[in-house]
Formats: sequence, C-alpha cells, structure tokens
Amino acid sequence: MDVARLGDRLRAICGEEHVFADPDRLRTYESDALGHLRELPALVCLPGTADEVRRTVATLHEAEVPWVARGAGTGLSGGALPVADGVVIGLSRLRRILEVDLADGRVVAEPGVANLAVSAAVAPTHFFPPDPSSQVVCTVGGNVAENSGGAHCFKYGFTTNYVTGLEVVLPDGDVVTLGGPELDRPGLDLVGAFVGSEGTLGIATRITLRVVPVPETVRTLVAYFDTMEAAGRTVSDIVASGAVPGAIEIMDRLSLRAAEEATGAGNPLDVGAALIVELDGPELECEARLDAVVALLERNGASGSRVAADEAQRELIWRARKAAFAAMGRVAPSYYVQDSVIPRTRLAEVLGRIDELAAEYGFAVANVFHAGDGNLHPLVAYDATVPGEPERAEELAGAIVLACVEAGGSITGEHGVGVDKKRFMPAMFEDADLAAFQKLRCAFDPDQRANPGKVMPTPRLCGEVPGPYRRHPLEAAAVAERF
Amino acid sequence: MDVLAPASAAEAADLLAGGRTVRARGGGTKWAWGRFPDPEVVLSTERLDRLVEHNAGDLTAVVEGGARLADVQRAFAESGQMLALDPPCASATVGGIVAAADSGPLRHRYGAPRDLLLGVTVALSDGTVARAGGRVIKNVAGYDLAKLFAGSLGTLGTIVELVVRLHPRPPATATAVGETDDPAALARAALTLASAPLELEALDVRWSSGRGALLAQAGGVAARARAERAADLMALDGAVHEDDAGLWAAQRDAQRAEGGIVLRVAGVPSALEPVIAVAAHAGGSLVGRAGIGTSWLRLPSAAALELACRVLPPFPRTVVDGPVPSDLGQERDPSLARLEERVKARFDPAGALP
Repeated sequence: MDVARLGDRLRAICGEEHVFADPDRLRTYESDALGHLRELPALVCLPGTADEVRRTVATLHEAEVPWVARGAGTGLSGGALPVADGVVIGLSRLRRILEVDLADGRVVAEPGVANLAVSAAVAPTHFFPPDPSSQVVCTVGGNVAENSGGAHCFKYGFTTNYVTGLEVVLPDGDVVTLGGPELDRPGLDLVGAFVGSEGTLGIATRITLRVVPVPETVRTLVAYFDTMEAAGRTVSDIVASGAVPGAIEIMDRLSLRAAEEATGAGNPLDVGAALIVELDGPELECEARLDAVVALLERNGASGSRVAADEAQRELIWRARKAAFAAMGRVAPSYYVQDSVIPRTRLAEVLGRIDELAAEYGFAVANVFHAGDGNLHPLVAYDATVPGEPERAEELAGAIVLACVEAGGSITGEHGVGVDKKRFMPAMFEDADLAAFQKLRCAFDPDQRANPGKVMPTPRLCGEVPGPYRRHPLEAAAVAERF
Repeated sequence: MDVLAPASAAEAADLLAGGRTVRARGGGTKWAWGRFPDPEVVLSTERLDRLVEHNAGDLTAVVEGGARLADVQRAFAESGQMLALDPPCASATVGGIVAAADSGPLRHRYGAPRDLLLGVTVALSDGTVARAGGRVIKNVAGYDLAKLFAGSLGTLGTIVELVVRLHPRPPATATAVGETDDPAALARAALTLASAPLELEALDVRWSSGRGALLAQAGGVAARARAERAADLMALDGAVHEDDAGLWAAQRDAQRAEGGIVLRVAGVPSALEPVIAVAAHAGGSLVGRAGIGTSWLRLPSAAALELACRVLPPFPRTVVDGPVPSDLGQERDPSLARLEERVKARFDPAGALP
C-alpha cells in the first residue's frame, strides 16, 4: 500500500486536517481503554459526515486496505485496537442528534454522540436505559458495536433492546438501511445481527434509538453482610419474591475498602460485602416492594442497612460503586479486570473457586458484581513493575474466566470479545458454532477488512461467494412474497 | 410432501442436508406466512418438544423448538414465572413463534421474541448444528444469531433449541378500559398512556363499527390502584376490571382470522389515528399495540385489502391471513434486498430451505 497516496485520497474526502499519519498524532489512537494492547495504524481519518464515511470506506475497499472504526476509545476488550498498516476511522466528529420524537419515543443520532447526551436530549420525561460506567464519554456508535450494558440491565436490558434502526456503510462502501423507527418489521432482523458485532460488519452512521419514560420514583438502599454468600442469598430471595429491581450490585470487602478510601462515602470497612438495591417504577409498586426487600435483608442478617432519603444520599450510595474500578489503584499499582458472567445461583461456588485460584497465584482479587444478571467483574491486582507479574495476573484472570464458563456462564457480559477474550471463544463455542458466526461475517464483509482479527479465535477464510439461492419461479415473478 | 420428525438436532441437520427442499413446521399455525411454495419434505418438530431445563432461581429455561408454548408456560407458572410471550393460537410451538416473530399484548412490556432469547441452537442445511448466545441473562460473546433466526421464517435453518429469559408472573393484574367513538380522542389517550411512567404490562387499542377502546393492564402488588390511575389518565368512558383475562384473549385472537383477511401494519404510536381511519374506510376493524405502533387490520374482502394497501401510510406491512394483494404498496430497498440475499446464500447455499 502506498500510504502517502492513500492519505491524499482520504484528505480529498475528509479535509486536509482530518487525515494524519505522523506517529505523534497516531499515538492517541494506538489503543482503547485496554491500554496494554497497542498498535500504530498507518493512517487515522476523521470523517465529518455519513457521506464522508461512505466515501472513505469505498476508497479503502478499492485500495484493499483494512480498517478499524472507533468511537471514544473507552472499550475494555481491545475492540478498537488498530491494525498495523490499516486505517482507523474515528467517528468523533459525527456527533449530531438528528431527530427527537418524544411522542413515539425515538431519537436518531450520529454514531459519535455520547451515550449520556441521548438521555439529556429527552430529559426530563424520558431516558436511554443502557448506562455503561463510561456513559459520559462513550458513544452510541460504540454502544451499538459492543451491545453495551450497565448497572440497570437486569430490568431494562441492553443496547440491542433499544436500537430500532440503523443506516450502515457496508465494507464494500454500499449503504443500507436496516430497520427503522417501526418495530415488528417483516424481513430478517439484521439490526439484531449488527448490534454487538464489534465493528466487524460495517459502520453505523445513523442510529435510531428507543427511549422510555423516566420511572415515577427511585428507591435506593445499601446493606452490609458478613459474607458474599449471605449477600448473594439475599439477592436470590429478592428475585424469588417477584421483585425486578432496576439495579442490584454487590461489592466485596476488598473493592469496598478501596472505594471507601477513594471516596469517603461512609461505608464500613469491617464487613464482607455491601449490597446495593435500587427499585424504580410506579410509586405504589415501589413502596410495597421496598418493605418486602427490607424484610428479606433482615432475615438474611444484614447490618447497617439504610434507604436513601433523597437524591444526595442516593448519589452517595452509588459513588462508592462507580469508583470501584478506579479506586483499585489504592490497593495495587495495576489491575486487570474481567467481565465474566455466571448463573447467579452458582455465585457461592464460583467465588470459592476464585478464592482458591487467587491463593494459588498469590494475587489479591476484588469482586464487583452486577448481581441481578450474574455479571461478575473480578479485578486482579498486581504490580506491573515486577517482572513476570503482568503475565501471571493475566493468566489468573484467564483461569477465572474459564471457571465461570465451567459454571455455565459466559466469557463476557458487556465488554465484548475484541482481542482480549478471543482466545476464550473455544471454551464457549464449538467449531460448528464459529463456522456459523463466520457465515454472517462473510455475508457482510467477504474480504474481512472491517476490524480484522477481532472476535474470532483464529482467522478463517470466507471462501467462494456462493451463488444466490434458488429463487422459486413464483417468487421471481413477484407473485409470492418472501416475507 | 413427506413429513419427517427428527428426534434430535443432529437428525434435523441430516434431514436439511439430505438434498431435498425442506421446510420446518411446528404447530402449523403460521404455515401460510411467507407464501412459500410447498417443499418436498416437511420437517416436523413434534418430537423435539422437551422442556430441557427450568432454572427457576436464574429466571432462565432451555426448551426444544417443538415444545408448545402452552405446555412450558404451565411448568413455569408452578414457580410463579412465565415466558413473556402471549401470541394467538393455543397450539403454537416456541420455535415456531420465535421463527415467525409473533407476539401478543405482553409485547408492550417484555418485547418481541428476539428480546427474550438468550441463546439458540439451529440445524443448518450444510448438515451442522450450531449454537449461539449463552445460558445466562447477560452475554455478548459471538454474533447474535438468535436475533438473526428470530423472524427468519425458517429460511436460514431450523431452530431446534432455545434458551429463554423468564419473568416473574405478576401476583395480580387489573385492566382499565376506556371507550370512545372519537378516533382522535382514542389516539390522544393512547399516546398519553404510552409516554406516562406507568410500567404497564400491556397497552392495546381496538376499533370496530365506529367505536373503539383503549385497554391498559397493570400487573404487580398494587395492580388495582395503578389501573385506576391509568383510567384517570385516559379521560375516556370506562371502568377497571380485575377479572381481565377474557379482555386480553379477545385482543390476541383478533390478530388472526381463520378463512378471513388480516393485514399487520408495523407503524409507530403517533400514527394510530390514520391507521384507524384506513381500517374504517375499508370497512374493517383493528386491534393494536398502542405503545409499540403495530396494528392488525381485519378486512372484509380482497377488495378491501387492496384498498387498505393503497391508502395506508408507508409502513411495512404483512398479510397474516388471506390472499396477497397484487400490490402490497411497499417497495424494497435494493441494497437491503442484496444484503438479505447474501445472508441467505451463506446460510443456505444450496437453497434447500424456503
């Protein structure tokens, strides 16, 4: 590839100042939030409109150059890791909210719009439920790529439950509209197939999102337990009672201590676990459920439970939880975070196994747990300046992931496979499963130039493009409809 | 047509790869959907009908594609749980409902079949059996083939097993019904309730012979009081019913018409009034999901269907029951058609499936 010539062609599309190749500026794009994986791309290109994205991708298709789309770079799985000799297409300049339709609960946004900006555009009556911790900066384009979740998934679901339409630039430069403002459209659910595809099927340039009414009331409480098991048992009892809290979070002793040192939110340090429960919805329903939840806390031996009396107290309860990852810096200079999921009923058993593994490797492991949906975030604390520790920490984190899969869980609940977890894919999927994934990939991107080297554990060819399926004569004559 | 009933996923895959054209059938309640020509072989899922696992504590279940929804629903109810799908047709199978993306009034709160799927196992026409998704509520590993197969009408492969998310069954329900003969007042009330923070289980409309109603179902420990609030917000003539199962069965049943004509229109909530006007103009009746925007128009004749298709706003539509009109009144984006054909060609290169 002639980088200089390609740069000139892209500059003609995106403007002189929006395409660059000097190593100092490229460095900003060498990794996402999984900082230990780095790669310098050949070029970075920042188109400013959907049409510039289309022309950029068409140019790269013609030049046979691989590319990686990037939003705000907050991903935690290396999904936006550049390809050497490839191009990074940054979408940060496409940050307009194009339409707000409160009557139908729809927002049309460009991919570079920040997650929180969608909720801000429909406040105070509506909001956009997916709420990853990075929501102040992470983009809806990135949320679509990763099918982002957050603390409120157990009740509200994930990004995929809130995307109704997409305008997509396919890897060959063709533009296709998938879905629309309407639900229940006939035809293949290609919106559903695209969301969570980690940038390997194309670039969404126009995203139609569903927003929902802000709940009438929110009641948040925190309680402390001697053990993680007691906290986990309480969650099972709450769920068995028929309540569907907006959020249920558990922090263990180590993460609680780190967060307390960082925030001074007033949590005790001598407990085994903290449980946060947030009930939201109609006031009449929440009040009745809250009484039942408080009774369950007492029955399971909770201490020091308190219900937030106002927004300030609610914020204080959440502050410790939201600071948990960053606060680990107080416990160890570096940490490695995993994103495995377990069936919630296997919590005690899996935590026991994690303790055994941590002891075996000689590292401290803190656990922060989206307890409603079973998404465990074990943080392995280590010192990157000690030779060999980063490798052994990563090995331990991998052993924890596999323990979760053995318990019937998943290698990733919300961070995505990216580069980081693709080596674990064979633990969850057989060869025939991966081959089926590849069929979808090849339908969208037969040359595999969109974010190559991600998701799939080993490179696979697309093979010859099969001919079109046999059209029935009636269908070809438009007498019969396909859908 | 030969009818063969494989007893395992592997047998189903062998059948699909056997060199003849095949179409899967569950309860047979939506066999006409898609207007496909008859296959050489019918793959009946009747022997793939087990409830494989019900993990009550995790609110998940594993069911085979040929299991009847009514049967697994009874098992879930014993733990106070449900699979939040309530489409018409008592004999429909879970696999068939998912493959056809059919739903009922509960779609308002819980989503379409796609939204309740955690994982799927499919038999493919290359003779392989592939699994996607997982067995836990939250999982983003791999491509979401479950959503690709939901609504694919069996054109890409056969759904042999599904992992589904369950929900607690509300301890009580109550339904507010508000009636009016003014379509504008009905549409206004529907939009008011759709954007209010009521967390309704279902929000439906109906219109027939110059009169319509809005139905709002609350479920939970405070169902009655919440339904009364919904009734106040509607500002229509109405009442609250605690014994409401019959009301919702009628809504559900009106989505189909054996021997009759039903057109499904995928609209948006704010377009309810013009869609009611089309139904009335064509001499038909309507039921719909007020907060979702999807309506079912029951029409008296093929001519009425032709008329409705001509004058409807440009929303995607499907003939659920009855003859396909000469002009459905919608154009397909050629880029999208090409992409759909590429997906089809990758999953079923030999064209064994419809």
